[in-house]
Amino acid sequence: MQNQSFGILRGLRRFTEGSVIKIKINDVLLQTVTKVASFVILTFSVYLFLAGHHNPGGGFIGGLVVAAAITLLFLAYDVKTVRAGFPPVDFKVLAVSGVLLAVITGMGAVVFGKPFLSHAFGYFNLPLFGETELATSVIFDVGVALAVLGTALSIIYTISEDMCIWKR
Amino acid sequence: MSWLYLIILIPFLYAVIVPLIFKHIPQIHTGWFVLPIPVLLFMYLAKYVTFVAMDSPFIHSVPWIPSLGINYATYVDGLALIFGLIVTGIGALVILYSIYYLSKEREALGNFYVYLLLFMGAMLGVVFSDNIIVLYMFWELTSISSFLLIAYWYQRKSSRYGAQKALLITIFGGFAMLAGLLMLANITDTFSIREMILRADKTTAHPLFLQSMVLLLLGAFTKSAQFPFHIWLPDAMEAPTPISAYLHSATMVKAGIYLIARFTPIFGGSMEWFWLVSGVGMITLFWGSFSAVKQVDLKAMLAFSTIGQLGMIICLLGLGSAAMYYGPVKEAALCIPAILAALFHLVNHSTFKGCLFMVVGIIDYETGTRDIRRLGGLMGLMPVTFTLAVIGSFSMAGLPPFNGFLSKELFFTGVLNASRLDIFRMETWGMLFPVVAWIASIFTFIYCMVFVFRTFAGDYQPQKLEKINNEPAWGMLLPPAVLASLVILFFFFPSLLAQYLLMPAVASVLPGFVEASLGIGPIEAWHGWTPELIMTIGVVVVGMILFANYHKWSRFYGYIPVWFTLNFAYDSLLVKTEKTFEKITRGYMTGFIRDYLLYIFAFFVVVLAGVILMLNSFAFNPDVNNVSMYEVVLVFVMVVAALMVLLSRHRLVAIISLGIMGYLVAMFFVIFRAPDLALTQLVVETVTTVLFLLCFYFLPDLKNKIGEIGFKAANMAVALGFGLIVTVIALSAQSNRLFETISWFFENSYELAGAKNIVNAILVDFRGFDTMLEILVLCIAGIGVYTLIKLRLDSRKVSSKNR
Repeated sequence: MQNQSFGILRGLRRFTEGSVIKIKINDVLLQTVTKVASFVILTFSVYLFLAGHHNPGGGFIGGLVVAAAITLLFLAYDVKTVRAGFPPVDFKVLAVSGVLLAVITGMGAVVFGKPFLSHAFGYFNLPLFGETELATSVIFDVGVALAVLGTALSIIYTISEDMCIWKR
Repeated sequence: MSWLYLIILIPFLYAVIVPLIFKHIPQIHTGWFVLPIPVLLFMYLAKYVTFVAMDSPFIHSVPWIPSLGINYATYVDGLALIFGLIVTGIGALVILYSIYYLSKEREALGNFYVYLLLFMGAMLGVVFSDNIIVLYMFWELTSISSFLLIAYWYQRKSSRYGAQKALLITIFGGFAMLAGLLMLANITDTFSIREMILRADKTTAHPLFLQSMVLLLLGAFTKSAQFPFHIWLPDAMEAPTPISAYLHSATMVKAGIYLIARFTPIFGGSMEWFWLVSGVGMITLFWGSFSAVKQVDLKAMLAFSTIGQLGMIICLLGLGSAAMYYGPVKEAALCIPAILAALFHLVNHSTFKGCLFMVVGIIDYETGTRDIRRLGGLMGLMPVTFTLAVIGSFSMAGLPPFNGFLSKELFFTGVLNASRLDIFRMETWGMLFPVVAWIASIFTFIYCMVFVFRTFAGDYQPQKLEKINNEPAWGMLLPPAVLASLVILFFFFPSLLAQYLLMPAVASVLPGFVEASLGIGPIEAWHGWTPELIMTIGVVVVGMILFANYHKWSRFYGYIPVWFTLNFAYDSLLVKTEKTFEKITRGYMTGFIRDYLLYIFAFFVVVLAGVILMLNSFAFNPDVNNVSMYEVVLVFVMVVAALMVLLSRHRLVAIISLGIMGYLVAMFFVIFRAPDLALTQLVVETVTTVLFLLCFYFLPDLKNKIGEIGFKAANMAVALGFGLIVTVIALSAQSNRLFETISWFFENSYELAGAKNIVNAILVDFRGFDTMLEILVLCIAGIGVYTLIKLRLDSRKVSSKNR
């Protein structure tokens, strides 16, 4: 019983201890749930991001939800395993490029003689989608999402990495 | 259409590419690429001479921060043009000189010319700006470039010391000046100097008049090295000699003079201005020339001489400002020669002092020393340099046939006229001016003689010199030769200079006086057996006697105790401030984040509570009817969770209780129909709780280890205060309606931003700037965490390796 209820906490310990512990604790329940849940969460985050224009959602929350999903993976497995499954992206670079993207989108308006950060939108007839609204603010939102995601993950990752060494 | 405002920016733009030139074309001296800039600027500015002589000043304005009334306005009149020509003209000569003075193999020329161009642009900006804020910006830029140039050989301790001293003193003055300028802008309700001058009559009665004057003068006095702020200039001589010739004798130190001249139409005519400016100038003149005599380093001697000469010019400007008291009537004619003399000497000083500095540079370059105790008999080795030195220093001493004679005579005319004034209590104290001026001139004469004859005459001591060379390359002789020929040229044709440059400048210092034609005589070398000539002859005779007996009375300088000097005061002040502030800083920087948080929250409480009390802005309109059952329950649970945070003995419980509070806030968002916020709050709460748990291991044990009762009481007071303030603000914000409603934006978000989700439209469009800066802050915070942890990791790695 205690095994189940404190699964998350144990995961946390594993997360922080990384590869230090030789005998791996096999938390089947948490890991199995995570496998399914992380997909659901990640898909939901994409929905949230795209829905932001007209329905609840947006770049900020989208980025955060992705970060939450990856944090869950970190908890269920250890940091090293999760990182091995990802493309080797530096989270700090991710965050900085997000900010840059946002700034550049803002500068785009200046090129067209509009005040900094003005956005444009229009309605286009695209194949398959029919009439679709395309807006530059979405690009800005991508920047926001990347910045939030990158920052949150880089903080979590750095601290947990620090703890691995601390434990040693 | 004038392009002047762009011309000023050329040095800055060019400074960008100088490092590239230095890096990619190392075989050619970078100076050759920089030289065309001041030459072209000089030619461009010379174009204005005839326009300005016909009294048609130029103004051109480009809006910069229009909402604050700050425009990048350039204005050309006689005064600005004199300075502009000096800056570019001497600048060109100095760059030519530096090409031969600084080795292209050994020196970081890229830095040197970047700083030099920065300075040149800043100085042009100072003199041509009409807007005081722009002027101030350029003013501080000259201080900074001067700092960089003094510390050019930053490996030397004395260079760093000199640079720091110059920066501290001039920036202190600069801040004072900014305050003065802002007061002035407040009084006259404009940032434009020309408009201030037009409204000058209203300023005198204003209560801030005196304060703004004193603050402005602080800026001018520190920049122009006036007593008691002169101590930075001798230490600034650590800069390479071309820089000393350029910044610290010809141009930057004259920025203070420019400022005083520029603001004479506003402040002139008041007794305080008259006495402050002329009194400080006179003291500086005396002290500078008195101290110059005892120097053994040639550059230090020239530095003190510069201090003295600047004092003289400032004193003349002060005396001449009395003309504003009379207005353009006949009585004012007594004062105008003083202004004319000031401007004339300004030009002359740039020529002969520039020449002398370059001569010292040559001596230093060829012999390896500037110490007059080791020099002597160089006349035969360097005849050309000797000739240049004679021309420069005899002009400085005020002998004919050099331009210094003319301006020295005019100076005597100015002080003699001033002693005849019957305003500002001059009837009592007026005689002081000619007497002090005369004594200071004697000392000036003595150090000029010391400069020439100790260096070039006397015994030749090759064993004391580091190296022995003959005349330097032509490139080092040409610039001082050009200046020396100007020294002679100005003596024979002073009226040319007077007509085209000096009179327009006088017209801008004393507006309306030149037109009134008060009978200002032409500048002439011979005007009969006047008192001025007799004074000059007296100076020469007494000076000769004192110079011949120098060894008998020079011991007197040794009697001044060290603790009595201003340098001692500066140094001990610096040490004491450092110590005091170190003590204060150590007092509150405890290294515990709980203390820092306490400061931050306490500050927050005090400031906000103060504002609320002062503005009496608390308002509370309870609307109890709309409170639903859900809200009451949520609040109750929140209170319980908060108490749990406080009372729990385990950190885990506290963290989870905090999480509960966060989720409850999200519930509130749900009740108030804000799904976006609720979603964000939920996810943020989740992620932060995880983060919190991560840091769990590092936190100290919760079991009441920290602190006695006093610490806890302080914490409680601050916490309660903080909570109270936030509650009060929330209630007041809800109850007050200070601004026009902006819900119009939200209702039309679909038309305006093409978005139906108003929260998102606010985030990315309406308040996009906020979001952009927010993510920037977020990113910085992330990098901050990374750096903090990585730094510690690295240091730990190093320490483990050492083990």
